Amino acid sequence: HVGSKLDDGVGYDLSASTFSPDGRVFQVEYAMKAVENSSTAIGIRCKDGVVFGVEKLILSKLYEQGSNKRIFNVDRHVGMAVAGLLADARSLSEVAREEASNFRSNYGHNIPLKYLSERVAMYVHAYTLYSAVRPFGCSFILGSYDQDDGPQLYMVDPSGISFGYWGCAIGKAKQAAKTEIEKLQMKDMTCRELVKEVAKIIYIVHDEVKDKAFELELSWVGEVTNGKHELVPKDIRVEAEKYAKVCTTTTSLLHGISVTWVQNNSTFKVFFPHFMVTN
Amino acid sequence: MLTLYNPICSLYNPIYYTTIMAVEYDGGVVIGADSRTTTGAYIANRVTDKLTPIHDRIFCCRSGSAADTQAIADVVTYQLGFHSIELDEAPLVQTAANLFKASCYRYREELMAGIIVAGWDKRRGGQVYTVPVGGMLVRQPVSVGGSGSTYIYGYMDSNYKPNMTKDQCLRLVSGALSLAMERDGSSGGVVRLAAISETGVDRQVILGNQLPKWSTA
Repeated sequence: HVGSKLDDGVGYDLSASTFSPDGRVFQVEYAMKAVENSSTAIGIRCKDGVVFGVEKLILSKLYEQGSNKRIFNVDRHVGMAVAGLLADARSLSEVAREEASNFRSNYGHNIPLKYLSERVAMYVHAYTLYSAVRPFGCSFILGSYDQDDGPQLYMVDPSGISFGYWGCAIGKAKQAAKTEIEKLQMKDMTCRELVKEVAKIIYIVHDEVKDKAFELELSWVGEVTNGKHELVPKDIRVEAEKYAKVCTTTTSLLHGISVTWVQNNSTFKVFFPHFMVTN
Repeated sequence: MLTLYNPICSLYNPIYYTTIMAVEYDGGVVIGADSRTTTGAYIANRVTDKLTPIHDRIFCCRSGSAADTQAIADVVTYQLGFHSIELDEAPLVQTAANLFKASCYRYREELMAGIIVAGWDKRRGGQVYTVPVGGMLVRQPVSVGGSGSTYIYGYMDSNYKPNMTKDQCLRLVSGALSLAMERDGSSGGVVRLAAISETGVDRQVILGNQLPKWSTA
């Protein structure tokens, strides 16, 4: 790692309280690497709500279905999807829950998401200042829906900054997921339409070769759930996964078609994917 | 009143045995109070301002111990100001009311404070919340408080109608307060009014000779 070692071998990357000569805090960057090793999580905000999708890799056939959740409830109207070191993420979800609960206790109403994400980000940032502790190795996406502010989506990363988004992705396939998200016109979509698109994106970015089986965890909060953050009901999830599987099969078939057309330059054939899929 | 009044002790303990009220209308609230502060039978201040600003569009009407209500109002003004800066938007009336309740309930044994919190915010428009002695909190379209309030419950019940205009509310409040001031020895002086809406706060004083007259004597 260029710049992380002095000439005498003592590194700038040993504690979060040290800057490198080119102005970086390596411990924070290494924490972000930990997030990039984890499987993908995405969150998208639409006209009337927020939808989360997480690619939960199944490491063992013995896992109970639905266990090792990566989406948490922080308050009735706030959900949190995480990527990175799960243990760090779980402790941060407790921090977020306490913040939301204290706010309601002191001020008598739901915590605004911007304020919550800033408070949790401040907490995460505090762990990037001292050598006695290490930064949190997780990023998370917070989403909420309430009558007054509408749908909101914020992301916090290990450096302790938080930004508001219409759509964001974290984890190993975040670049590919971001590309797919950018294609969507989320401002005009409803939650029901968006659920299918989120499932589709997770299926698209999932790497069949490197990671075998995965379980899709989907949750939403919005008008459709009356402002309550909850896991997407089984029937809607099944329908979304069916749509996602169809779309990904179509995409891989299209790739196959374009290759064959280039090879057979003499004949010009036009293939319509729908016909292929019905076979 | 729950005061333990010791006639032998000569402590200077100013009290707002008062009449205060607040009414919601579509687009804001109208609040009003009398202007008498007493220590025993002596009127320590006959032109008191019991309508205290807590934030740009949030006021409170104070009754009970003058010192207690001023201290609580100062604390809440600080807390609400801080909260509003952190949130980067105007605070909700409900938040202010909850802050009053927190202080009034926690220190209920030491305090004697009956407060009406009223104001305007972007989310729910005009709102009136009452925090009587003991520290309860409830939202009401109309609320009256203080020792003089007992004389005007009937007047309020018969004359308040939902969806009144601002001017109707002003007349209702000034009429009710002058009736209470007429009958309650601990209320009197002038009538202070304030109308709070999105556009701002409009304060008025109605002097003794300009008050509505109810008796012919």
